[in-house]
Amino acid sequence: MRRWLPFPLLWLSLTTLWLLLNQTLSVGHLLLGALIAWVVCHVYRRLDARRGTRSRPWRRAGAAVRLFADVAVDIARSNAGVARIVLDPGTRARTAGFLDVPIDLHDPLALATLACIVTATPGTAWAGYDADRCVLTLHILDLIDEAAWIQVIKDRYETRLREIFE
Amino acid sequence: MTQATEPSLAVAVVTAVLVLAGATLTLIGAVGLLRLKTFYERVHAPTMGSTLGSGCVLIASIVLFSALESRPVLHEIAIGVFLTFTTPVTFMLLMRAALQRDRFGEGARGREPPDGKDH
Repeated sequence: MRRWLPFPLLWLSLTTLWLLLNQTLSVGHLLLGALIAWVVCHVYRRLDARRGTRSRPWRRAGAAVRLFADVAVDIARSNAGVARIVLDPGTRARTAGFLDVPIDLHDPLALATLACIVTATPGTAWAGYDADRCVLTLHILDLIDEAAWIQVIKDRYETRLREIFE
Repeated sequence: MTQATEPSLAVAVVTAVLVLAGATLTLIGAVGLLRLKTFYERVHAPTMGSTLGSGCVLIASIVLFSALESRPVLHEIAIGVFLTFTTPVTFMLLMRAALQRDRFGEGARGREPPDGKDH
């Protein structure tokens, strides 16, 4: 099974994307999409530096869905936060600044996903990652409580990402 | 793909609310881009348009065209996916460039740029 279909989740996502783009569920497109996705999965196996497949794809898919739900809530909340800051500046003290978060993620895919999350959330921005020290630098628009921000990044995202990618 | 029929009132209301919400969020983001003082603060504001703002408009599009064509129209999801995957690239590039400039370049007078005009 693993030799035949190395990345079932990637295969499923690509097939779904094909069907979405063509807006159809016809058998012809289903087969064509599945075939293209299958070829891409084998190409990706050649590109993947770790040269291995990951275990328990369906459990990791569950973790990914939970992470997505968390992120959606956070995005909505921080949109409201940033809107408040923009529309109503100067009502309360606010400091923007850089924050160093010690982070225990080494997988490039996990870090890329974290970059997508941080960028998609207004109010937090990715400012750099030091692979030697394992320190992630963020710029935060409303940096009141540094410890609370570190807590959010580590507990909410890092734990889930490790569940998914490691 | 005929769109001869009118959408029902409920669909029209939901679509209008979502489109207006998305447009308002994007507008607030654009105002923020004008109002905030430094480069690093400014990069946060337009994110509102590229996340929840575009999300609302995409959901409105899904609702309206699914109702008009009486079948699920879902390819807007792909737009959301590609937006989410591609924005970090430009974004990190800008951020790294600004940091580089402030550390080593002309504006190396502390971490904030000297004034807001040059970006």
